[in-house]
Amino acid sequence: MSPAAWAAVGLVGGIGAVARSLLANAIQARAGVRFPLGTLAVNVSGAFALGLLMGAAPGGDATLLAGTALLGAYTTFSTWMLETWMLANTRRRLAAALYVTVSLASGLAAAALGRALL
Amino acid sequence: MTSSSGGVSRTSRSSDADVEPAGSLRAVSAIDRTAVAAVFAGGVVGTLARAGLLEAVPSAPGAWPWATYAANIAGALALGWVAARTPRGSRQRALLGTGLCGALTTFSTMQLELLEMIDARRIALALGYVLASVAAGLAAVALGRRL
Repeated sequence: MSPAAWAAVGLVGGIGAVARSLLANAIQARAGVRFPLGTLAVNVSGAFALGLLMGAAPGGDATLLAGTALLGAYTTFSTWMLETWMLANTRRRLAAALYVTVSLASGLAAAALGRALL
Repeated sequence: MTSSSGGVSRTSRSSDADVEPAGSLRAVSAIDRTAVAAVFAGGVVGTLARAGLLEAVPSAPGAWPWATYAANIAGALALGWVAARTPRGSRQRALLGTGLCGALTTFSTMQLELLEMIDARRIALALGYVLASVAAGLAAVALGRRL
């Protein structure tokens, strides 16, 4: 990868992280519940968008920038795990189990749907 | 839960702070620009680290994705550490937690990798990837908090 491509990956990844943060917080605040709907919405929408991208199969730099950098940084595994751990650790084990399974089921379905659409 | 899902807190204007309880929904809010900058900076570094790992350790579609797996588990470990040591809504949390750990790890790539395993009829591998990711991810968060 060229230095310019690396710079673009970093820039686009930073934008993805900011988009995640703003959107997740806005959704969480409006939801008015403790269940982590903000992260769930971001992760599932990101999986859908990555499905669309892979369905379109642009290849090369477009996949790197829009897929690996933008959607990779927009979605998060670590926050998902931290929130699951926090739910389980505050005696909300059913909510924790639900969060893991709903994230996986809807994430997979969203990615498959996105890929089938394009 | 709210602040762990993202470090950019929406803070009420000082004139509203007296009448609205902290931590509740706020009608009038302004986004903390320094926190946005911190998430961006952390996001740049996290994304570069993950992209670098993918370049260094490429994996074929349908095969075990070592680079994504390593980035996700390392990021969960780091986020456990960060969450136990930085205050919620702080700029350190925004930079290191939401930005760096959030962007180092990925959910969308993991879902596409699972689809590719299912495409390749490697169902046991897909199940193993899910279970190993969630089990190691949770263990990494717990370990990170104790380090």
